[in-house]
Amino acid sequence: MSVAENQAAAGRGSARAVGILSSLGRFLVVAVTTYLGLLAVTFFIGRVIPIDPVLAVLGDRAPTAVVERTRREMGLDLPWIEQFYLYVKAALRGDFGTSVLTTNPVMSDIRRVFPATIELATLGTIIGAVIGVPLGVLAAVKRGSLIDQIARVVGLIGYSVPIFWLGLLGLVLFYAKLQWIAFPARLDVVYEYTFTPITGFYLLDAAIQGQWDVFHDAWRHIVLPAALLGYLSLAYISRMTRSFMLNELAQEYIVAARAKGLSETRIIWGHALRNAAVPMVTVIALSYANLLEGSVLTETVFSWPGIGLYITNSLQNADMNAVLGGTIAIGSVFIAINLLSDLLYRLLDPRTKIG
Amino acid sequence: MSAETIQSRREWLLSDRPASRLQARLGRAYVAWRRFSANRLALVGMLIIIALVAVAALADVLAPYSPTVGDLKNARLLAPSAAHWFGTDDLGRDIYSRIVYGARWTLYVVILVAIIAAPIGLLVGTVAGYAGGWTDTILMRVTDIFLAFPKLVLALAFVAALGPGIENAVLAIAITSWPPYARIARAETLTVRNSDYIKAVQLMGASPFRIVLRHIMPLCISSLIIRVTLDMAGIILTAAGLGFLGLGAQPPLPEWGAMIASGRRFILDQWWVAAAPGAAILIVSLGFNLLGDGLRDALDPRSGDQ
Repeated sequence: MSVAENQAAAGRGSARAVGILSSLGRFLVVAVTTYLGLLAVTFFIGRVIPIDPVLAVLGDRAPTAVVERTRREMGLDLPWIEQFYLYVKAALRGDFGTSVLTTNPVMSDIRRVFPATIELATLGTIIGAVIGVPLGVLAAVKRGSLIDQIARVVGLIGYSVPIFWLGLLGLVLFYAKLQWIAFPARLDVVYEYTFTPITGFYLLDAAIQGQWDVFHDAWRHIVLPAALLGYLSLAYISRMTRSFMLNELAQEYIVAARAKGLSETRIIWGHALRNAAVPMVTVIALSYANLLEGSVLTETVFSWPGIGLYITNSLQNADMNAVLGGTIAIGSVFIAINLLSDLLYRLLDPRTKIG
Repeated sequence: MSAETIQSRREWLLSDRPASRLQARLGRAYVAWRRFSANRLALVGMLIIIALVAVAALADVLAPYSPTVGDLKNARLLAPSAAHWFGTDDLGRDIYSRIVYGARWTLYVVILVAIIAAPIGLLVGTVAGYAGGWTDTILMRVTDIFLAFPKLVLALAFVAALGPGIENAVLAIAITSWPPYARIARAETLTVRNSDYIKAVQLMGASPFRIVLRHIMPLCISSLIIRVTLDMAGIILTAAGLGFLGLGAQPPLPEWGAMIASGRRFILDQWWVAAAPGAAILIVSLGFNLLGDGLRDALDPRSGDQ
């Protein structure tokens, strides 16, 4: 290799490094502004609320002097921009105030309930991906066939059905009539006292401790809500997989692979699916983020003690600190997954221009 | 009408050289309609939406009972029968009548969200695309920030602040659903921004305000309509979800989501109280999804059936 070629190669390498750095830089800028935006919105929501925040803490019988003092202590007499600065500072410390309902700091409440939501959403995404990806692939390969039609109908209904309603019907069928699953909760009451969670993911905890009766019970409680969330993500994942696969199957390298005499199985699962893998990682990540959000309604139906139920319970009691803290928590994770999957897509896919 | 006149009318519509603006427009609409009506599922979707509008308009005729006042003494929680097709709820109200009147509230929510959110997105997108530079950067940054938020949770927080009620639910959904419209409007604006006809209007001395309003916005409308139609199902589901959580329509309004919530207490024994309104939501959302898919394929052939 000549000197000139070496230099050119080195130049390409450093150009790629610069590209990666600049896309990381862009990622940071976007992440910071998006989080500030989220905090700005929750700050705004906290201020336009018709209930006076001071009134909410003290009640309406407090003497004027106390009201004034509390107003100052809460920083409500400062200019808005300064209030926002203090608000962001507190949020960065993880300080979202105290929940009126539980009298705990909102952050410790969120830490307590979040694992339940994560467990549910994770299991849902696994179900959705394990069924959705093969379904999408088959629908694309056998385009127009019966399986394609089935995938289409399954997807359309998934996009159109109110999840809380499906959950209620599921309870009627599987809990009341068939008695295949347990009543809405996370565990039977018996185990609430004998079982000590470690990570907060009950299935995992029970398996680690070898308490298989608890595992079985936890499974009977989680299976229906997780299957419902799984159905939502299946609808989305299979539709996107089908579209990506159709795209790949129309490429010329598929023709080349066929001409080489590769088996159809190898072409589809080895070549086409592999090339569709990068955008599919993004889709699965996005569907995970959507399930975290979708858990709000599902948890309400199944009395699942996660962050969704926490938010709706707080809503019903006008506990704004808890509502906004929960919103920020779900929002943060949602934004993080969104941005990370975008970054991953840029870094992994050689076709996307970096930078 | 003879076969020949139909034939000649078709030729007139499909003419390569339309003699008038009207002929060109009708011709385009005819081609789009032919593509649309070839898609049977899209037609089903359209029929569902037409039925929804008809039911909402004729609710007074179609509903045999009052949607808000029931017969507490004799008709509590009756199972479906000839007198009460979908049974009655805990206040003795006929569920079929409530669903018929509920169609009005569904339409009300969907239309209000569309006429609030779509113009906001249209304005932000066209201004950003036409102005370019810093205006574009800032407006699109704000759009992206809103796009990255979880919609339902944010709508929940907004309603929590504004107070429960159907108008506030509409407002909260609209606030969270305009960003995609801004993206679409901006993309359309960028494609026409440097075209000759815009230059011609500029030379004639039209103000930027006039150019955006009269010459750019109309071109964004069709892609916007497709997107809004596709979003309708999501809007209905979000509104129903808010209603289910008690944050949307308040009793005694016959809103479908709130009806499911009120049937929840009896779900194990009187399942029909919650079943019927949910089925109504499913059918209408399905209708909007089918219609939206069909419109997209008919009006925007680039996207194919991907």
